[in-house]
Amino acid sequence: MGFLDIKEATKSYGAVEVLHGVDVSVQEGEFLVLVGPSGCGKSTLLNMIAGLEEITTGEIAIKGQRMNGVHPSKRNIAMVFQSYALYPNMTVAKNITFGLEMHGTPKADREKAMNDVAELLQITPLLDRKPGALSGGQRQRVAMGRALVRNPDVFLFDEPLSNLDAKLRVDMRTEIKKLHQKLGTTIVYVTHDQIEAMTLSTRIAVMNGGYVQQLGTPQEIYDTPSNIFVATFMGSPAMNVVPAKVADENGRPVAHVSLHDGSVTSLPFSQANMMDWVGKDILLGIRPETITDEDGADRKSGNIAQMTNQIVVTEPAGSDTFVTMTMGGKDVIARMRSDADVRPGAEFTFAVNMEKAVAFDPRTEARIAP
Amino acid sequence: MSVASQDNAMRTGRAARVFIYVFLLVFALFYLLPFFIMLVNSVKPLGEITGGNMIALPKVWTIEPWLSAWSTAQIGVEPTGLRPYFWNSIRMVVPAVIICTIIGALNGYILTKWRFRGDTLVFGLMLFSCFIPFQIVLIPMARILGILDISGTTSGLVLVHVVYGIGFSTLYFRNYYAAFPTELVRAAQIDGAGFFQIFYRILLPSSGPIAVVCVIWLFTNIWNDFLFGASFASGGAAPMTVALNNLVNSSTGVREYNVHFAGAIMAALPTLLVYIVAGRYFVRGLMAGSVKG
Ligand SMILES: Nc1ncnc2c1ncn2[C@@H]1O[C@H](COP(=O)(O)OP(=O)(O)O)[C@@H](O)[C@H]1O
Ligand SMILES: [Mg+2]
Repeated sequence: MGFLDIKEATKSYGAVEVLHGVDVSVQEGEFLVLVGPSGCGKSTLLNMIAGLEEITTGEIAIKGQRMNGVHPSKRNIAMVFQSYALYPNMTVAKNITFGLEMHGTPKADREKAMNDVAELLQITPLLDRKPGALSGGQRQRVAMGRALVRNPDVFLFDEPLSNLDAKLRVDMRTEIKKLHQKLGTTIVYVTHDQIEAMTLSTRIAVMNGGYVQQLGTPQEIYDTPSNIFVATFMGSPAMNVVPAKVADENGRPVAHVSLHDGSVTSLPFSQANMMDWVGKDILLGIRPETITDEDGADRKSGNIAQMTNQIVVTEPAGSDTFVTMTMGGKDVIARMRSDADVRPGAEFTFAVNMEKAVAFDPRTEARIAP
Repeated sequence: MSVASQDNAMRTGRAARVFIYVFLLVFALFYLLPFFIMLVNSVKPLGEITGGNMIALPKVWTIEPWLSAWSTAQIGVEPTGLRPYFWNSIRMVVPAVIICTIIGALNGYILTKWRFRGDTLVFGLMLFSCFIPFQIVLIPMARILGILDISGTTSGLVLVHVVYGIGFSTLYFRNYYAAFPTELVRAAQIDGAGFFQIFYRILLPSSGPIAVVCVIWLFTNIWNDFLFGASFASGGAAPMTVALNNLVNSSTGVREYNVHFAGAIMAALPTLLVYIVAGRYFVRGLMAGSVKG
């Protein structure tokens, strides 16, 4: 049993089920990120944890206490909303202490808690202002202050950074992570941004269409995605997924992939059980950063395959250069060092780190587990 | 008002500008003319009106017509002036406006933030009440006032106007609160605020503009109502509009036009005053729902 347990929770609006049997258990101090495309049910699940939406079937428990039907204010949770939801008619100080006031905390304690939080978030000079007179980043801090001051068991964040500009978003991301490390609180955080999910979380639940597609550490999600959706949703640029045929070369399973001119290259698998798939079609998943020039290949890898292919487009991005080529009739992106000598139209010998490659069953789109 | 028009003001040529100003001025004068005539004739001795030019300024200025209209003129059979009826109207309009606004705000809050099964139907029916012609409800209403034993009283009129006003006040507040972020209500719920605390700590402090719109609308309509006043409260409890009619129609001796003019201005003054004091909030409030600042 965890600190926050979601068991077989479903949510229906009328006859439409928007969340299907969600099972997640969060340990104390964990930073769980719910990530997925817009409309997949992340906010709905978060609101169910908060008590703002009813649970249709199943159960949600915090610290072993069943929470179904318990009022939001009695769950000892705090929430930071996408729009910040600061009370426009109250000063920052009042915004922060409103929850304590409603819970009957004495005034002296409220003041002290407020000052502590204001100091922690460096918003002391803003305490007398109204939210209308704050910048986006400042509002964000106040919203976090309002959540922190309650000292809740679980923090819930619903896309808290999506209204900020790119630079501020990165800064606040770091700040939230620092705060989590400092306070060690349990956090459930919703975002549609996979980079936010990877950087912040201790665990990620990738959601799509009301289902949790995969639950795991960022590393697990990235390296061993359970299906094509997770593989392509997490990571930027997305994982390349190309059709391939499994063959047996000298007792070793290899993937045969066609290149730009119709010639076929052999990419040997590290995964022994691919022998079961000999003669069958699969989908081969290769992350852009595992296709490099030969000098840039991962030295620790025991399975680097060479492949000569034509470069279609190069996109220098400063630290890296993205190279597009054609494999299996699809565009494939490779992430090269910026000093790699790549020119559009040229033939180039790539090194593919096949230790990191994953294979998917084309019928179910699920990963073929080793 | 000025902010909105500045934004989309176009560059116009000098000639066009002069033309626009002259045009607007002429129309302003045209609309002011009746009021001007009422005003000048209310401070003239009666002889100057009957014996001469209605438009001319008075040769002898007098406030006698005003005093007479206020406290001594014949209203029906009683020589009381309009004073008691003025207070009747105040006693009718103030409670009616306050009750309607409060109920409308509560209705708007519930219909947008505490949605329930069939809430749009309830709202639709309330909206429908705005379009029921007054004449249709006269007889049922008379019956209900009779049953409640408040027919012919100011309380009865307050009830009638509250019943009619709630539809409009609900419409105003519902549309205003529909644009009010629901996340704020959710945040307050998590903070532990209850139904009424959310209402008066979070929503009401932001409702100034729409409350002004609602108050102006209700005040003007209820103050100016004649039909309900004449139907349910003639006699001692009559409102100002009915009394004014009685003043003008009292057929004892000469028709004192100057007194009639003064009385008419008195009857119009409160609504004018309300608009002058709160008018700019009116426009602001009407804009608030549509244009988000
Ligand atoms: N009140 C509602 N009535 C009907 N459907 C809803 C309601 N709220 C959300 N939904 C549906 O539930 C799904 C999940 O919504 P949401 O949790 O907001 O998605 P996300 O936060 O992941 O973008 C969406 O398909 C949405 O259309
Ligand atoms: Mg959402």
